Amino acid sequence: MTRLERNKLADKLFKVVAICATAVALVFLAALVIDLIYDGAGRIDWSFITSFPSRRPARAGIIAAIAGTFWLMGLTALFAFPIGVGAGIYLEEYAKKNTFTKIIEVNIANLAGVPSIIYGLLGLGIFVRTFRLDQSLLTGALTLTLLILPIIIITTREALRAVPSGLRQASYALGASQWQTTYSQVLPVAMPGILTGTILALSRAIGETAPLVAIGALTYIAFLPESVMDPFTALPIQIFNWVSRPQKGFAINAAAAIIVLLCITLVLNSIAIYLRHRFKKRMRW
Amino acid sequence: MVENKTVFNIEELKAWYGTKQVLKGISLKVQANKVTALIGPSGCGKSTFLRCLNRMNDFIRDFRHEGSILLNDQDLYSSDIDPMDIRRQVGMVFQRPNPFPKSIFDNIAYGLRIYGEKNKTVLAGIVEESLKKAALWKEVKDNLKQNALTLSGGQQQRLCIARAIAINPEVILFDEPCSSLDPIATTKIEELIEELKDDYSVVIVTHNMQQAARCSDYTGFFMLGDLIEFDDTKKIFTTPSNKLTEDYITGRFG
Repeated sequence: MTRLERNKLADKLFKVVAICATAVALVFLAALVIDLIYDGAGRIDWSFITSFPSRRPARAGIIAAIAGTFWLMGLTALFAFPIGVGAGIYLEEYAKKNTFTKIIEVNIANLAGVPSIIYGLLGLGIFVRTFRLDQSLLTGALTLTLLILPIIIITTREALRAVPSGLRQASYALGASQWQTTYSQVLPVAMPGILTGTILALSRAIGETAPLVAIGALTYIAFLPESVMDPFTALPIQIFNWVSRPQKGFAINAAAAIIVLLCITLVLNSIAIYLRHRFKKRMRW
Repeated sequence: MVENKTVFNIEELKAWYGTKQVLKGISLKVQANKVTALIGPSGCGKSTFLRCLNRMNDFIRDFRHEGSILLNDQDLYSSDIDPMDIRRQVGMVFQRPNPFPKSIFDNIAYGLRIYGEKNKTVLAGIVEESLKKAALWKEVKDNLKQNALTLSGGQQQRLCIARAIAINPEVILFDEPCSSLDPIATTKIEELIEELKDDYSVVIVTHNMQQAARCSDYTGFFMLGDLIEFDDTKKIFTTPSNKLTEDYITGRFG
């Protein structure tokens, strides 16, 4: 075999290996989705969406869980976005780059990797016990906020760092202050990136079960929450509850609820992709 | 060299990035309503020098300086001077055109808006006047709402000049303004610089010796952090008194 032939063979081989690697991931994902649809798609109808949970699988629904999930999502976004973006702006634009900020930086990156159950226990200790917020929506949202804050801070910093320095200089050279520069020039350019990160973080948060279980979110809720102090359930909790029941009917309900949760996640991620696409088109220099 | 009004009086300016000294004691006077060109090989400190004149070096960590820069007799680096105030008196046009990703109108109005100008008629008036002075009005007058990034490179650079003019500075600094432009766009910018000196004092850093020869009144030749020679442009390019200057302008190195 000549050198050229060997190179060509190696080239082909690598291509095959890469395709196989991709296929493994896709096959498992496809198997999961097909299995779910096979089990659960038939169960999804209007009454399933709009009914409260019940002891009888055929009459049970997910309205309380959906309401809880949307409440959590809204509240978490409300808390996490301003705090996370604020911290990101401070660390990237204002903080002096010294050992202290480097330590903070490393720790934030670490926090993003801490298992979510730990955040649940933190929420239990702080919000449930110390602040006596009980198993309320507020507790759930604040706990999820802690969970996704590191991710939002990191993506905010990355988005700010991606803004060309020429833009900042142009603004400063006109006599603008740091805040004017950040607010009117840098943030608008970084915003799609920040939003993308926030939405991806949120879509992770609404799939989280462990922290909600740790703070003791209820599974049987027969009313819709009306204030942030009301107890709640959420889709992952409802699913967790149903799959742990012995009856076959609940397993089907769980599959159906998973499909709904996947759809919500899919919509969120699509918005994130759309924003990223627009971001790329807008910044050309 | 005939003295008229001096805008910048720089004495023994030394500058460091960390431990690396980039300016080794520069003394030079910038005359009002004249074009002063700074030439020299890459890394000779001419851009650093330029950025001292509107305190844009403040953003570079480890930057340190000694010596004094007087702008109309006020010390640029004295503690009671606000750098933002200095930058309104000393505008800057950068190497690469850097318009904001906003409309043409908003690009020019930005410098006025950050100082609280809200009156639409006033803004529109200054935008038009600035664009006319920057020789861009005819090309864009019907598309002021268009995003500035859709303009060509040369147009973008003239927009940046209009943006600098809009806040009515006393001096405009140009940091190699044509290095990313084609010859035709370059000619337009050079003609513009000639006209600008009626209203402003201009300092221009350039790699291009012909450019310095064509559009400046005074020329300073920098090398390795030293100002080798500073004189009338005509004298520098015809009868330089320093051997290094002569070697550089005749293309023996650089």
